Formats: sequence, C-alpha cells, structure tokens
Amino acid sequence: MFAETIYLDNAAATRLDERVLEAMRPYFFDTFAVATSQFGYSPGIEAKDALDMARAKIATHLGAAPEEFVFTSGSTESSNLALKGVALALGEKKGKHIITSGIEDFAVLNSARTLEKQGFRVTYLDVDEQGRIDLDVLSDAIESETILVSIQAANQEIGTLQDLAAIGALCREKGTVLHADATHSFPRVPLDVGEIPVDLVSLTAHLVHGPKGVGGLYVRKGTPLAKWMDGGFQEFNLRPGEENIPGAVGFAKALELVTPEETARLQGMRDALIERLLQIPESRLNGHPVFRLPHNANISFRFVEGESILLHLDMRGFAVSTGSACFSRSLEASHVILGIGGDHERAHGSVRLTVGRYNKDEDVDAVVEALEQVIARLREISPLGKIETKR
Amino acid sequence: MPLPYSETVMEHFRNPRNVGRIEDADAQSMEGSPACGDMVAVYLKVDEKSQRIDDIKFESYGCASNIATGSIITELAKGKTLKDAKEITWQEASDALGGLPPIKTHCSVLAIDGLQAAIENYEERKGLIKEREPTTVELVTKRLKHVMNPVVGLDLVRTKMIKEIEVKDGVVRVVVDLPERHQFAPSIGADIREKIEPRWDVNEVIVEFADS
Repeated sequence: MFAETIYLDNAAATRLDERVLEAMRPYFFDTFAVATSQFGYSPGIEAKDALDMARAKIATHLGAAPEEFVFTSGSTESSNLALKGVALALGEKKGKHIITSGIEDFAVLNSARTLEKQGFRVTYLDVDEQGRIDLDVLSDAIESETILVSIQAANQEIGTLQDLAAIGALCREKGTVLHADATHSFPRVPLDVGEIPVDLVSLTAHLVHGPKGVGGLYVRKGTPLAKWMDGGFQEFNLRPGEENIPGAVGFAKALELVTPEETARLQGMRDALIERLLQIPESRLNGHPVFRLPHNANISFRFVEGESILLHLDMRGFAVSTGSACFSRSLEASHVILGIGGDHERAHGSVRLTVGRYNKDEDVDAVVEALEQVIARLREISPLGKIETKR
Repeated sequence: MPLPYSETVMEHFRNPRNVGRIEDADAQSMEGSPACGDMVAVYLKVDEKSQRIDDIKFESYGCASNIATGSIITELAKGKTLKDAKEITWQEASDALGGLPPIKTHCSVLAIDGLQAAIENYEERKGLIKEREPTTVELVTKRLKHVMNPVVGLDLVRTKMIKEIEVKDGVVRVVVDLPERHQFAPSIGADIREKIEPRWDVNEVIVEFADS
C-alpha cells in the first residue's frame, strides 16, 4: 500500500525506519526482561542498561542530564503530565492561573480546559496573523498567581515556530514555569535546554520515523511537578508503569538518524511546494513564511473544500491533511486557522502537506500537478468565486 | 475498499451529474454557507403548463457527500412535477446513493433543502406564496427536524435531543440534551442557529446544552 501512495502527511504519522526496527528488535526477543535495579537478575540489569543508554542519548540531544528525561507513552501524555503535574504541585501553594496559546494542539488545550473545570483560570493568548505570540501581551498576562506558561515550540497545522528563547527569558524573569510542546519541532528544529530557559518539554518519537506509542517529557531539575498517574516508582517516581524499552531504544535511534542535511533536503521540498502551490490562483499560505517548520506547507485554496480535495488526491494516490470541518472528529473547522484570523472558509479550504525521509523531489512535482487539476475541477462545480447572478 | 462511502457515492463524487448553472433559470436557490463548509446552489427550468422540472442543475461547495447528494437530487427531481419533487426526502436521496455514514446525513438534508428552496423560489416568483408564517414552537420543531445528530445520522427531534424550545419576543431558545463539552456540541449549535436565525421574525437564537 505504502509503495503506491505518495505520503505527504508526516505531521500525522511517519513510516518507521528499518534501522529503528533493527535497533529495537533485540529488546523484544533477547533483552526482553523488565528493567530491574542493580540488585536484580542479570537480564533485568541488561534491560535497565539499555533503558539508561537510550535515556542518556535522548537527553544529550536536548542538552539535558539523563535524570531530567522521563519516558511516556507519547507527547499527549507528556503534555498532560506537564500541565496537570504543575497544577497539582502549585495549585494550592502559588496560584491558579495558567497561560497558554489559542492554537495549541489538543493535549495542551484540553488539559487546560479540564483544569478550568477544576477551578483554575486559563488565559488563552491570541496569536498574530502568522501564528506568533506577542511577547508584550504575554508579559502583561503573567501575574503573581501564574503558575505555568505553556507555549508550543511549533504549530501542528500551520508550522509556525515560536520564539522560545525570548519566551523562556521572559518566564525566567517573571518566575513562572514554562512548558513547551515540541511534538512537531523536535529534533528537526533543535532545542538545547542549556540555551533556552524552558522547564518542561513534550516530545514524541512517532513523527521522525520512530515507533508510535513512545514519547517523553523533559523536566528541568527543580521544576515543581506532581505525580499524575499512580502505580510503581519508575521514571524517577514521576511516571509509573513498566518501561517500554524497545520503544525507548527506538526513540533514541530515530533521533540519531535525523541529520541537518536531511532536514535541509526536506526544507527544499517544502519551499518548492509552497512556491509552486501559491501560483494556483486564489491561494494563500497559512503560517509564518520564515519561522516555519522545515517540512510543513499549509495552503488555503478559495472556493473549494478540503475533504473533497483530500478524496480526489487519495484517488490519485496522495495522502495529505486538511483543516476542514468535515475532516475533523468534531465537525469543527481548524481552531488554528480560525486563531490566526482566518474565517471558516479558509479553514475548510486548507491543505497541509508535510514531507519526511521517504519523500523525493518527484513527489513535489506530482502533487503540485495533481492539486492544480483537482482544484480546477472542484472550482468548476463550486457556486463560489463566480460572478454573482441575480437571486 | 476501505473508504466509508459506497461505490455510488464515489461515482457521483467523481462524475457529478447536471453540474453548472442555468443562466436564465426560472428559479434558483443557495443553501448552506462557506462557514459551515457546505453549500448547494440549485437552478431550475420549469415548464409552466405542466409544472414539470425540464432542467435542473446544481453547484456544490463541500465534501464528497455534499457533491454526491447534490448530484443525486438532480437525477431524482428532473422530469418530475414540482408537486412530486417537493415530496423527495433526504432519506430517499441517501438511499439512492446506497446510504451515507450517519455523520454525513446532514449533507443530504442540505441538498434536499436546496431543492425545496429552489421550488419555493419558483413559487415566490409566480406569486404563489401566501403571507409569512410566524415563528412558533411548532415551526421551530419542524426546522429542527432538519438538524442532524451526527452520531446516529437522524434528526434531533427524532432522537429526542430537544429538551425545551421557547419562542418569545423574537428570541428563540433551544435546549439540547447534550453536555456542552460533547464532541459535536459546537457544530450542532451552529446548525441550529443557521436553521432558525434567517426567519423573518427572529432576532436572536440561543442554544443551551443540558449538562448531564
């Protein structure tokens, strides 16, 4: 199936790299024991070593110490742990105010909404037309009762990158904890916690050709964080559950395989996509043209609807995504497109294309040609965009 | 084939019938809105004597279901008298397509609404419409039968989702038996407002959700 499809939805899921699978394999069949302490049996110790090694490798990518990295089942869980863990730790002590952006992905957004129902106040910051947070607005929003600021490193739909260095400096100055959801940016957009004053970072393996179901949370030493799930005492007593060692090893391997050269190649494809697709009339780019994920192109086409575009492309062998209401699980248009001041129509007509390791330049040529034809066809049958005849 | 659509739907999606506009149409309509991602425009040419629909064309902005249902209603309506065309139901349209997923039945409702509105437009032009009906609880209930519950693909009245309707001084209040945080609450709310707000004697529509 995959061989026939030109897959351009790498922001949703990526194909596993065989080398990741090879790295993981021994931990399913040979070193499959539970990670025990040093007082356990030798297979368990071996397993623990593998886990520790994976942890250390991932921490190095972040510029962090190994004990600052907690494995989770994915970045959704990581974001839940970050938001609810800080709320639990500081809610009674410091205050009940949380700040986040209106364009966060659902793990952060809905965690914040749940906390609201539990008596916390949440400020959802607006973003500008290209999706960027205004630092002055953020600064004004922080109060003495603010216990957490959660701003994503990059946006899942429109690809806009936030200025984490500046946001971090601000939060440091004001003495509030900063969480960044880096699900879509890390590691292609490097993040060094030695340089960027961020306290919590959500990460995942599945968007860089690593396994699904494993992610992590970076927790800077000293960050107030309460345990959110109950069970044993794994992961520095922050996240119980038998460790997913194959997953951890796969995660580390996947990160290792991402190179700046590869990312530059993807960026070239992204730029080609954007440049050529914007030549289709009545189209516009969503998100920032420069501070943008290297592999994300998101374009809105007027007068046509996303699900139809998607289906036509699927029939021609392409996989892409759309911000249309029909495509979402709630029948709601993309809150991100609406958040940057777009109207529903712009959301419905938006197409997100995200490239990955297995895409080639020919894929760009092919999808551009296909989109030109599909958009033209759908515009023929659309009542919009034509000269209005009298009612 | 793993897609949720029947072969018939896919065929009408790929090759919709009777697409286009009729420049000198005897009647036309436009239902839906770009805001909700679904629009259908219907154009009619009616033989005055026989009251038959000689020609019917449609234009569509929306998903595959939207395009397919637009296409199928033109096939169902062409050649029928206005009286018979008025009787075509959304279930018929859906059945003619081999069925639609529940979450998409609102598309076939929209296509039928488009057809009905075009027929009404014809009657209005020919001076056949009586004076305007006032908005009552009964009328609101009737309109709410055009709002679909995306979970089961049946309307809100039939699935007993309407707890209360109040009509007073141009304000219509509808209480829906769904928690406010339900996955489909916002889209159902928007659909209700769209169906009632255009009424000539309605100033405001308030949709409330009963927290369960």
